[in-house]
Amino acid sequence: MRILRFLLRKEYLQIFRDHFMVAQMLLLPCIQLAILANAATFEVKGARLVVVDEDRTSSSRGLIDRFVASRRFELVPSPISTRGADDAMLRREAGAILRIPTAFERDLVRARAAQVQLVLNAEDGAAAGVMLGYAQRIIADYAGELATTLPGVSASMAVTRVGQPTLDVRTRGWYNPELDYRFYMVPGILVQLVTMVGTFLTALNIVREKELGTLEQLNVTPVTRGQFIAAKLIPLWSLGLLGLAIGLAVARYAFHVPIRGSVLLVFGTASVYLLAALSVGLLVSTMVETQQQAMFVTFFIVLVYLLMSGLFTPVRSMPTWAQWIAQANPTMHYMEIMRGIMLRGAGLREIARHLAVLAVCAAAVFTLSVRQYAKRVA
Amino acid sequence: MTSALGERSIEVDGLTRRFGTFTAVDRISFDVAQGEVFGFLGANGAGKTTAIRMLIGLLAPSAGSARVAGYDVATHAEMVKRNIGYMSQRFSLYEDLTVRENITLYGGIYGLSDIAIEKRTTELVDRLDLRDDIDARVKSIPLGWKQKLAFSVAVLHDPRVVFLDEPTGGVDPITRRQFWELIYTTAATGTTVFVTTHYMDEAEYCDRVSIMVDGRIVALGTPAELKEQYEARSIDDVFVRLARAGTAA
Repeated sequence: MRILRFLLRKEYLQIFRDHFMVAQMLLLPCIQLAILANAATFEVKGARLVVVDEDRTSSSRGLIDRFVASRRFELVPSPISTRGADDAMLRREAGAILRIPTAFERDLVRARAAQVQLVLNAEDGAAAGVMLGYAQRIIADYAGELATTLPGVSASMAVTRVGQPTLDVRTRGWYNPELDYRFYMVPGILVQLVTMVGTFLTALNIVREKELGTLEQLNVTPVTRGQFIAAKLIPLWSLGLLGLAIGLAVARYAFHVPIRGSVLLVFGTASVYLLAALSVGLLVSTMVETQQQAMFVTFFIVLVYLLMSGLFTPVRSMPTWAQWIAQANPTMHYMEIMRGIMLRGAGLREIARHLAVLAVCAAAVFTLSVRQYAKRVA
Repeated sequence: MTSALGERSIEVDGLTRRFGTFTAVDRISFDVAQGEVFGFLGANGAGKTTAIRMLIGLLAPSAGSARVAGYDVATHAEMVKRNIGYMSQRFSLYEDLTVRENITLYGGIYGLSDIAIEKRTTELVDRLDLRDDIDARVKSIPLGWKQKLAFSVAVLHDPRVVFLDEPTGGVDPITRRQFWELIYTTAATGTTVFVTTHYMDEAEYCDRVSIMVDGRIVALGTPAELKEQYEARSIDDVFVRLARAGTAA
């Protein structure tokens, strides 16, 4: 215990003497949240829309007005022909084409239903999906309006995507009613932050001692494996929690992201997750000799963890085999926990399953890495 | 403890280390008496570092045995570590910590009390003339001083044996001289000094030297004995003759 105290003091002295490290700890959460929360969004704003209005009636103009008023779409000065619209799409001057056929208003009145065509640039499938969602909503709303103004028109105007069956979607955004993607992204970014701090700092810190030769020096002293590992992990563990605290404060007060659940639970689960992250760093440090190698290996592992965590793409849309792998990914479980607590106000009972898996993962990686760390070469 | 002062503090018998099919250290045997300054010489790649790493408990032997400070390195490596000091060829104090912090850290690791650490720190900086730099980061003091400091820290806990792996690499002759004075002072208190070096003039300062070629010890004795045996004027001549013979064979 006495030895551990001396080792801990040494670690904390080194960490806080490293100005780069301190600056990184303070600035990283702010910069990451600022950049990623705004950049890593699925929202599509001001998609450029070309309208081919062949009807030229008050009803068709009304629909166009709704598109413009939604601010989701930005009207491209209209070419008249369909061909001109196609060209605009090809030149990437437009991301969507709305074609309103000649009989639009007449059909609305006579047949009580009408069709419009929406062509989307689906190079980016996710963005196209989002645009479709916006368009359907605008059209549905407009149809609803018409039902009350035009006699005999029911709210059944439908969008027909080329080659797609008719869709009709009613959405209600629970937990995030404004559908603000930042709310969704911020907990994920905090997870990513904790992952990076835990894994990278641990691996680099230990490998640096390897490079300097001080690790060998320590291995020739009576310092035990347990003391060494505890002295390395405890400071970095507290540093990870500090980073999370800063990140949470920034998220709460700068981005106004709600923390609906218990803050204590956030830190409690983070403590468990950090053990897993730190252990991965420790494991990497036992496998490599230089900080460069450590960077490379850690980067690879963290990238896989993050990609398989549901940060950017939902785990449910992955192929089955990938979903199985994701089940064993502590980052995925922690991501679920963080989103649950922060956005849905989930309590211990709701996150129990994820927390249990997380604890098992952490224990497993920790045990493995401790076994792997040897004071002596056999 | 199983051995007392005046006895042998290092006993090596047929110590061997193989890496795959390559035998880095090939059945070496020698003894070192308590308080002796023992020079462990050999060309680069002769197996010196591998041998040292086995003696300090960093590397398990493939065959043979070695006892250091009375403990078997294969079975009681941790007990060996309590009773030895080690200074590697790579400078290994923490450069981002101050002189005092480094001394305190190693004092604490070797179980010295707070009072003892305090006392040792004062003695050490007085002896090394580092009083003004006690709160300076180690990286800011000159290399020669760093090495003297590293040595002093390695013997802070009065170990039975101190292992020095090329301790004077890259320092000027005056500092090397001072360094050897430190070695003698330490040996005079009964600590065995086991030192590897590239500088053959330093070999002359040792009580006894061994010369390793291709994993084997090919010569062992006092500098005077070796010079007589090989009819050489200096240990340097002895070394060159043996090393060349080894390479030729």
